[in-house]
Amino acid sequence: MQQKPASLFRPFSIESIESPSPAALSPTAEFPAPAVGRRPASTAPVTAPAPTPRLERPVFLGTRPRSRALSVSVRASVPSVLLVGWWYGTRSGAIPAAVFASPGDVVRALMEIQDTGQLREFLEASLMRAGLGVALGVSAGLVLGVGAGLSALGEEIVDPTMQMIRAVPFLAMVPLFISWFGIDETFKVALIGVASAFPMYAYSYLGVRNVDRKVVEMARCFGLRGWGLLSRVILPSALPSLLMALRICLAVSVIGLIGAEQVGTTKGIGYLVLLAKQYYRQDYMVLCIVLYAALGLVFDLFIRTVERVTMPWRRHTAAR
Amino acid sequence: MMQPSPEVASHDRARSEGDDLAIRISGVSKRFGAKVILDRIDLEIRRGQFVVLLGPSGTGKTTLLRILAGLEEADQGVVLVPRVRTIVYQEPRLVQSMRVAANVAIGQPRTQATRDAALRALSEVGLQDHARAWPATLSGGEAQRVALARALVRSPDLLLLDEPFASLDALTRLQMQDLVVRLVAVHRPAALLVTHDPDEALCLADRILILRSGSFALDLRITASRQHDRNDAEFLRTRRLLLETLGVLPPAVGR
Repeated sequence: MQQKPASLFRPFSIESIESPSPAALSPTAEFPAPAVGRRPASTAPVTAPAPTPRLERPVFLGTRPRSRALSVSVRASVPSVLLVGWWYGTRSGAIPAAVFASPGDVVRALMEIQDTGQLREFLEASLMRAGLGVALGVSAGLVLGVGAGLSALGEEIVDPTMQMIRAVPFLAMVPLFISWFGIDETFKVALIGVASAFPMYAYSYLGVRNVDRKVVEMARCFGLRGWGLLSRVILPSALPSLLMALRICLAVSVIGLIGAEQVGTTKGIGYLVLLAKQYYRQDYMVLCIVLYAALGLVFDLFIRTVERVTMPWRRHTAAR
Repeated sequence: MMQPSPEVASHDRARSEGDDLAIRISGVSKRFGAKVILDRIDLEIRRGQFVVLLGPSGTGKTTLLRILAGLEEADQGVVLVPRVRTIVYQEPRLVQSMRVAANVAIGQPRTQATRDAALRALSEVGLQDHARAWPATLSGGEAQRVALARALVRSPDLLLLDEPFASLDALTRLQMQDLVVRLVAVHRPAALLVTHDPDEALCLADRILILRSGSFALDLRITASRQHDRNDAEFLRTRRLLLETLGVLPPAVGR
């Protein structure tokens, strides 16, 4: 027995393989018993019983459930810090009023259009245009995308043209659309419709192509075809992509509003942006940003709700 | 054991010309590029027979099964199968957006009768309590039992099983094998199971086919009653024969 207790409990390391000391070669050291036969025989007499291998608690590699309160407050913390910084910066004079209006000014501007009833009127007009346009564009994009995704012929007919037109920034089509549809509501809805058709097309094409072929094959074997196959298997499987597309369509519609509401209207958030620019009203410019941010929040909540309602099978399989 | 029982004889939905064949194929060939996968295969399988198709990977077992399911086309030859035939794949292949009961009833009219039948099929595989669960919440073995219920709920005349136990753990596999044997005995479809496991073949089959280089190298009737004693001399002899035919064991010298 030549081993010292210190070497007995030496942790397994590369060193001990490269330059084996008599202790490291002893079958009682760090190696589990089955490995003994594969190592050079030791000349050291083996008398001591094998020491119990050191056990340790496994490192936890999973994720622990997070408390909802903590999660919500962390979510709210960054916007809150920004808000406080804005308020403090304008108050202390670090941010001059000509650069960025103070929260107080913005709230005052908000109260102003609230009192005249314009806030409600503007939001209603903008949401109506965006809603109609997105509904139109999403339907068209969905039909084209699913058609292209399902059949090779559909893809050959639709895809090249869609890829070409997609490269055109839709705001560049404003003059053309005005000459086609006039400057009234039709032009505005059509512009937003065209703008949101493309993301929907791209994502529904992708979603349909990514549906598990094996599941589709199974469904065919069990007699599903045509509309049944599409509505019960293909579209539900493509739903995550479709909802991602809806998110993008809503964002695009807000951009479209800016372009559409520059002409032929005296209502809408885009018109408010135009007013702020013309009269150089800092408070209204910032108010527009705040309104857009609020819209973004509303859209996000909307999509989250839709996701929860339309994809109940995914509640149990969140990747996080 | 291969005599048709009265129960089978009365079950004549897909009978043709008075016999009770569930599969009749003759002269079936299939090639992929230059490689001949199936070379003028003939095969007849009777109703109620449990046939296991054994062979190493890439010998055309699954291709033959997919031809019978209508998922591939034979290059030549005649393929005759009953109209009501179902399949269990290696993976469960459940539609994630449908609850378990709806998955079992897939492709059937959405009536109360269908729902009842789906629930009965689920209780046959011991999953009656999971009817309203989402597929994503099931374990691998449970999901595969749902796939089995889905295949049985239509009372198929031909049940195709494409390595249905391959992705299961060993213990679940044993339970599933028992379950399949029991359910096939009750429903009496012709069952054709593809596997590369000789022991599985021996435990399940009335008849074992080995496919090698495009044709059947062995067509073995298991005459003894199905036995689970893996140390039985007969079992070991048959097992050895299978392994030799598969080219895994060299032929025993001086046996």
